[in-house]
Amino acid sequence: MTDTWSVAGRTFTSRLIVGTGKYKDFEQNAAAVAASGAEIVTVAVRRVNVSDPNAPMLTDYIDPKKITYLPNTAGCFNADDAIRTLRLAREAGGWDLVKLEVLGEAKTLYPNMRETLEATEVLAKEGFLPMVYCVDDPIAAKQLEDAGAVAVMPLGAPIGSGLGIQNRVTIRLIVEGASVPVLVDAGVGTASDAAVAMELGCDGVLMNTAIAEAKDPIRMARAMKLAVEAGRDAYLSGRMGLRKYADPSSPLAGLI
Amino acid sequence: MGCSAKAKQGGYAVISVILNGEQRQVREGSIADLVASLGLDVKKVAVERNRAIVPRSTLADVALAEGDALEIVHFVGGGC
Repeated sequence: MTDTWSVAGRTFTSRLIVGTGKYKDFEQNAAAVAASGAEIVTVAVRRVNVSDPNAPMLTDYIDPKKITYLPNTAGCFNADDAIRTLRLAREAGGWDLVKLEVLGEAKTLYPNMRETLEATEVLAKEGFLPMVYCVDDPIAAKQLEDAGAVAVMPLGAPIGSGLGIQNRVTIRLIVEGASVPVLVDAGVGTASDAAVAMELGCDGVLMNTAIAEAKDPIRMARAMKLAVEAGRDAYLSGRMGLRKYADPSSPLAGLI
Repeated sequence: MGCSAKAKQGGYAVISVILNGEQRQVREGSIADLVASLGLDVKKVAVERNRAIVPRSTLADVALAEGDALEIVHFVGGGC
């Protein structure tokens, strides 16, 4: 029984997307990606170091032919910078599937939704397929979808906070209203958080710090893989109803 | 500025450009020549010239001009 999901016509089996930042080195990063089973990784676009052109590069360790690179605009605080970054990313990588993120402030790294919406419209018109980081607002999520977002990615808690899914109600509202994939982007701290996101019916989860800053990132990557699978199965199973009081699991008939 | 600012250095014309935010003297030529002279693999980078993308297929055809602002980028590790 295969359970797959699709974004902009591309089909994936793994519902876990992992970042490639904050690792000790490229070897550890590559091992964590392998252990996570992720088929998509987020990457950043930065100036090359012209004084050290022979420095090792991410592409030497994580093969873009095997793992889908999702260029990301992390660090951009306005639509113009984000659009410029993704135009360069498309030229560097040659693909249109991108992650748009336009930040509002450094303290919370909350998205600036006005700029995010504007950038989504421009990118969609230029033929990009933007997966968009957003607030946990079902109305904003629909607006992004209408503007051309191929996936909406609400935060579960601030980026890098590890606070877990703080907004189950609004995430669920977004899932129920969306006709594009919904992925929780940011907030996951440990495996149970990833399971919660999946139990809410999300199509996937994106994380970086929860794996990269674990004491044993490779083991945590495996834990996240299992948690995403467990949460997805639990969601598809249809969980039992909640009761206020106990209900015995053993038959009452035939008691001695 | 313009052509009058060109200087001859070792038999080559040298022009001044802004490369990744820093002023630099480079040999006159195409963008592909510049990328190669920096020791970079043209297949792994993307180039923006004066805020417009230069498609990889045309890097050898676009000549650098005095005062050009160039961004040469690549993919690095990054997350959310």
